[in-house]
Amino acid sequence: MFSRSLMGVLAGAAALALSAGGAAAQQKLKIGFIYVGPVGDYGWSHQHDVGRKAIEKAFGDKVETTYVESVPEADSERAIEQLARTGHGLVFTTSFGFMEPTLKVAKKYPNVKFEHATGFKRAPNLATYAAKFHEGRYIIGQIAAKMSKSGTIGYVGAFPIPEVVAGINSYFLGAQSVNPSIKIKVVWANSWYDPAKEADAAKALLDQGVDVIAQHTDSPAPLQAAEARGKFGFGQASDMEQFAPKAQLTAIVDNWSDYYVARTKAVLDGTWKSEDTWGGLAAHMVVMSPYKNMPDDVKKMAEETEAAIKSGKLNPFKCPVVKQDGTEVECKGNGALSDEQVLGMNFYVKGIDDKLPQ
Amino acid sequence: MTTFEAILLTIVTASTPLLIAALGELVTERSGVLNLGVEGMMAMGAACSFAAAVTFDSTLLGVLAGILAGTFMAALFGLVVLGFAANQVGSGLALTILGLGLAGLIGAPFVGARRNPIAPLDIPVLSDLPVVGRLFFEQDLFVYGSILLTIAVAVYLNRTRVGLMLRSIGENHGSAHGLGLPVLRTRFLAILFGGACAGLAGAYLSLVYTRFWSPGMTAGRGWIALALVVFAAWRPGWALVGAYIFGAATVLQLHAQAAQFGVPSQALSAVPYLATILALLLLSIRRGRAIGAPGSLGLPFVPDR
Repeated sequence: MFSRSLMGVLAGAAALALSAGGAAAQQKLKIGFIYVGPVGDYGWSHQHDVGRKAIEKAFGDKVETTYVESVPEADSERAIEQLARTGHGLVFTTSFGFMEPTLKVAKKYPNVKFEHATGFKRAPNLATYAAKFHEGRYIIGQIAAKMSKSGTIGYVGAFPIPEVVAGINSYFLGAQSVNPSIKIKVVWANSWYDPAKEADAAKALLDQGVDVIAQHTDSPAPLQAAEARGKFGFGQASDMEQFAPKAQLTAIVDNWSDYYVARTKAVLDGTWKSEDTWGGLAAHMVVMSPYKNMPDDVKKMAEETEAAIKSGKLNPFKCPVVKQDGTEVECKGNGALSDEQVLGMNFYVKGIDDKLPQ
Repeated sequence: MTTFEAILLTIVTASTPLLIAALGELVTERSGVLNLGVEGMMAMGAACSFAAAVTFDSTLLGVLAGILAGTFMAALFGLVVLGFAANQVGSGLALTILGLGLAGLIGAPFVGARRNPIAPLDIPVLSDLPVVGRLFFEQDLFVYGSILLTIAVAVYLNRTRVGLMLRSIGENHGSAHGLGLPVLRTRFLAILFGGACAGLAGAYLSLVYTRFWSPGMTAGRGWIALALVVFAAWRPGWALVGAYIFGAATVLQLHAQAAQFGVPSQALSAVPYLATILALLLLSIRRGRAIGAPGSLGLPFVPDR
């Protein structure tokens, strides 16, 4: 991956050099994107690129977009600075690990506006944004509990970091709300993206009696493994129905397009300011793909839950939230856990019969 | 199907691509050439086989395309390190970079495409035997192919005249040349064989293992195959053992997690690598000396006329 990314950076630099030649004539807003994976991953980076294309479609020749894919987090500063130096007015860096490099470059180039996904460090010219994927995970948890015949549902996780842990808790709380005696098995792939290993992790879960699998890794492999065994799963980041038409119950789709278009418009109008955006289902940053392969009553339940979360009536982390050891988590939000508590979640909720790797 | 059988079946699937790629590299290294480009050749094999299989709707053509793609990449490498006597380590790394990039380019139109699984062979009577039936007689052709390949490579290296020639060229290319053995031609063919195997292993990944193409899907398996060659002390039989140990350790650690043994998953993920180191240690202790790599491994050969 490292080497490919290096080539990506070089190719990007070459493209920039070319475009810089003809830049003098017009006053287009140049927008740059830094992706952590290949745009062809059919998951995380793919969805950011869908957002980039939405900008091009919305603003036509008023904007010009560039992207650099497969940028390793440790080596991202060069790529970000390259974009800042070549006349880009707005730069999106789309992985948590780009946080420090983005902050550093943002300080050096105060006239360029930066947007960093899933981070928490801001500056006057650096905004942050993320999506509440855990809202979708509550819904799929409910569906999983309804669809499971064995009473044991599974989860393929990437790394035990707060974002993933909050997703597992939300998934489990959703399942528990439907079936209080539901059990969950979690397997960590220790990788965001290794299709073969993700498939093996899913097979291990299926072999041990799990019949519905959720995943927080980026490839369609776990879902595909469920399809091959005639079991169920959920799409991750993008609608993966074509990989598993019989197994995908729904997918939690990342939708950055609306946000990217809005932020581009703000820059063009001169109203852009640094802020933090954390939108969920209500803000359309998280979208559920059509509910399929399930009985009508389950579909109805899912739609009602989705509507309740959208309207604010239901919060997956409504208080009281009880930890594994039985202690209640302090309620710092308004009747639910605060955003900071969710973003820093490092415990499993009661009922998950497993130890969280620390 | 019991859990035990299911685990064994998964292990076979996880081990097969490693074994195929390792056997190819083993022959290449036995001839004295170190090709670090396995990962790139494997990625090309995965991309081209999937592209061909989808385009022509034929698994057979897909497999052939994978083998050809790996061979083509190996030919490029052979030209550089044999024709121009370039540094093998640098050229191999370059081949990995080139292969991963080129595979991404070729595979781009096929991202999101999907193929149906290949049906396993079902040998009547035998596959109905308990436990061993499913394990031994209901696998896909690749699995049987990889076992046959192991035997073929072992016989070739140890029991044939041409195999002996290849080994002597790998041990000391100067002397071999002095005896009139065709050093460069033998090495070129060995490199091509390595590429064909890496391409086939890639085809297994995208056609059988996960049945889709996406960039970077080899995820380091080419490097593991390289490590397996060292682990196997350049012997095909040990490559088979090593590949299955590695596959087993990978799959079992996932099962241990699902069974909630309470061991940290990061530690479990390291088990396959620890197993490799341990096996290396045991091997070297047993022999009482460093494990013998081919004497001329990695050295350029320029025939002086």
